[in-house]
Amino acid sequence: MTIAQAGPPRQAFRLSQLLYDTRYRSLTIQVIALFLLAALIAYLIRNLVVNLHDLGKDFDFGFLNRRAGYDIAQTLIPYTNNDTHLRAAMVGIVNTLLVAGLGIVTATIVGILAGVLRLSKNWLVGRLMTVYVETFRNVPLLLWIILVYAVLSESTPAPAAFRGDEPEASKLFGLVAFTNRGTYFPSLVWGEGAGTLAIMLLLSILAALLWQGYARRRQAATGQPLPSLWVMVAILVLPVTVAFVLLGAPVSVEVPTVRPTGIARFQGGINVLNSLVALWVALTLYTGAFIAEIVRAGILAVSKGQTEAAFALGLRPGRTTRLVILPQALRVIVPPLISQYLNLIKNSSLAVAVGYPDVKATLGGVTMNQTGRELESILLLALFYLVVSLVISLVLNIYNRRISLKER
Amino acid sequence: MASPGPRRAATLDDVRSRGTLNCGVNPGLTGFAAPDASGRWEGFDVDLCRAVAATIFGDPEKVTFTPLSGETRFTALAAGEVDMLARNSTWTFSRDTDLKLDFVAVNYYDGQGFLVPKALGVASAKDLDGATVCIQTGTTTELNLADFFRVNNITYEPVPIQNDAEGRQQYLAGACDTYTTDASGLAAARSTFETPDDHIILPEIISKEPLGPAVRHGDNQWADLVRWTFYALVAAEELGITQANVEEMAAAAGDNPEINRLLGTEDELGPMMGADISPQWAVNVIKAVGNYGEVFDRHLGPNTPLGIERGLNAQWTQGGLMYAPPFR
Repeated sequence: MTIAQAGPPRQAFRLSQLLYDTRYRSLTIQVIALFLLAALIAYLIRNLVVNLHDLGKDFDFGFLNRRAGYDIAQTLIPYTNNDTHLRAAMVGIVNTLLVAGLGIVTATIVGILAGVLRLSKNWLVGRLMTVYVETFRNVPLLLWIILVYAVLSESTPAPAAFRGDEPEASKLFGLVAFTNRGTYFPSLVWGEGAGTLAIMLLLSILAALLWQGYARRRQAATGQPLPSLWVMVAILVLPVTVAFVLLGAPVSVEVPTVRPTGIARFQGGINVLNSLVALWVALTLYTGAFIAEIVRAGILAVSKGQTEAAFALGLRPGRTTRLVILPQALRVIVPPLISQYLNLIKNSSLAVAVGYPDVKATLGGVTMNQTGRELESILLLALFYLVVSLVISLVLNIYNRRISLKER
Repeated sequence: MASPGPRRAATLDDVRSRGTLNCGVNPGLTGFAAPDASGRWEGFDVDLCRAVAATIFGDPEKVTFTPLSGETRFTALAAGEVDMLARNSTWTFSRDTDLKLDFVAVNYYDGQGFLVPKALGVASAKDLDGATVCIQTGTTTELNLADFFRVNNITYEPVPIQNDAEGRQQYLAGACDTYTTDASGLAAARSTFETPDDHIILPEIISKEPLGPAVRHGDNQWADLVRWTFYALVAAEELGITQANVEEMAAAAGDNPEINRLLGTEDELGPMMGADISPQWAVNVIKAVGNYGEVFDRHLGPNTPLGIERGLNAQWTQGGLMYAPPFR
């Protein structure tokens, strides 16, 4: 206020100043904008209330506790049709998170590989990656999902073909059966002594990691490399194998087989639905193409001098990429990568096209349709996707802060 | 502030001022609602929409058809996107009360069945233990299926599909052992197969599926209009009025007072449904689509690829359940 007193003599505040005085004008505009926004929101809410009332509907989440009554093809948590709609929604949420998690991991791997290879000096490899990126980036994801699903279900035999002494179809390595219902993998059966074996395995992994650390430190200190890989493999394999034999094979493999009578159906093993595979593969390849471009941009953002300096120090191209270029490129890559992960999670709601039971298909599909609670279901769905996206965003932003350039 | 969105009270006025009836139908179920080769909607449910348009406008062509999936149909009706549904929708307690719909009549008594390839070697639905089942999602059949398998203590794996076309494709590709939906829908699906004789519909009918036209709660005048348009078709069959003879019978009052009342030669029932409804409304309706039996025979009956017998859908005088309340 001391400054104001030093200025020209203070005049009484006039209303016109709100519009013509630059000190107040921006405030005026903001207040008006805020008022208009509030009015719009109030109008929409009132509209909703009036229309719901006209329809005779109330706003109530009680339907979540009612019996669902429908079955879900893939349940990772226990569920029967006697459970509630809430439970069905949880099953859907787990299924969404499964396909999103799988997709994020594989899309990242595919994306980094394709992005690096696209810059390859090998003409053929570089062009192939260009073709991959441009094909997948420029065709809608929905088409890819349906295409993969169609290929999976049209080109594979029915379970009945695996039946009999001389079946028409045979399992891959006698273990994995590809059918038009899904892929059946062998599963592990845990017998007596399996716990000991698991502890052995954990100890072996720990020992192998310790050895790797020791080998690295020694190389850094003395310059002499130790045979790290072979020793690690030996540490991992030998004790566990000996223990496996001594304990009398506590873990056995159960190979899926077609039951001999009744409708042909695989028993034992793990069934991976074709709809899950289709969604997973399509999400991976589609998002992978975008990630490849982000990775390429990140690598190109690292100045050529860095590569030349690394080469001058005698680093081979592979190590140059791994130790010099990628760490610097990550700073450019991570922020747009977050968007791609969020896109992938939201795109997984296209599952409905191939009947994969994700949360959009349970809560936003069957439950919504059977209970007629459109507004409540959609709000819950939106909330779910919002929370998941915000959590992913938060985690990756923390990671980004860790790898970003520390300016001191 | 005025609220946008549908006006609940006077659907008839809205339809009149719009000049066309918005009717929600199945996106493609042979015999019930499907566009023909020239893109014109044809089918059993489609004719009911045309009949309602004939009641209102005297012109059966003033209909806009909106194809709706099993999942979107009730939302579309509740939101006012369509004025009525004639879309193989089962009349159930919760749909009538909780979903705030009014089912005005039953135009087809159906039940859920199973379609299987003969090669599967199954003669009864109870032998379907372990089957993979294609099922349209968002339907009552989904719930019936779960109930049936639980009660019979057998298991199945559901393959959710969006519509009949996808169901047929998945079933023929062998992605499921059996396809379940209303028996009429199964007959329709089978009629489109290259070799229909390689597939059978299992004898068990596991549910009651009274299919009927639905309107929104709260507009009784509109519900009455749709209801009595349908019953006019049923009554016309019972009274022997056909597309061919309706003009002649409507020319002058005859011996049967109920026919006279229906055709507007003796009493004026039309205006009781709405001020602008013609006294000859039923004549327009029957001229447009024929009576209930004619509509059934044209789209579903033994002389069509579907080949469905009247069964429960015969007149009450013929051992069926079709029974129009008196027109007076």
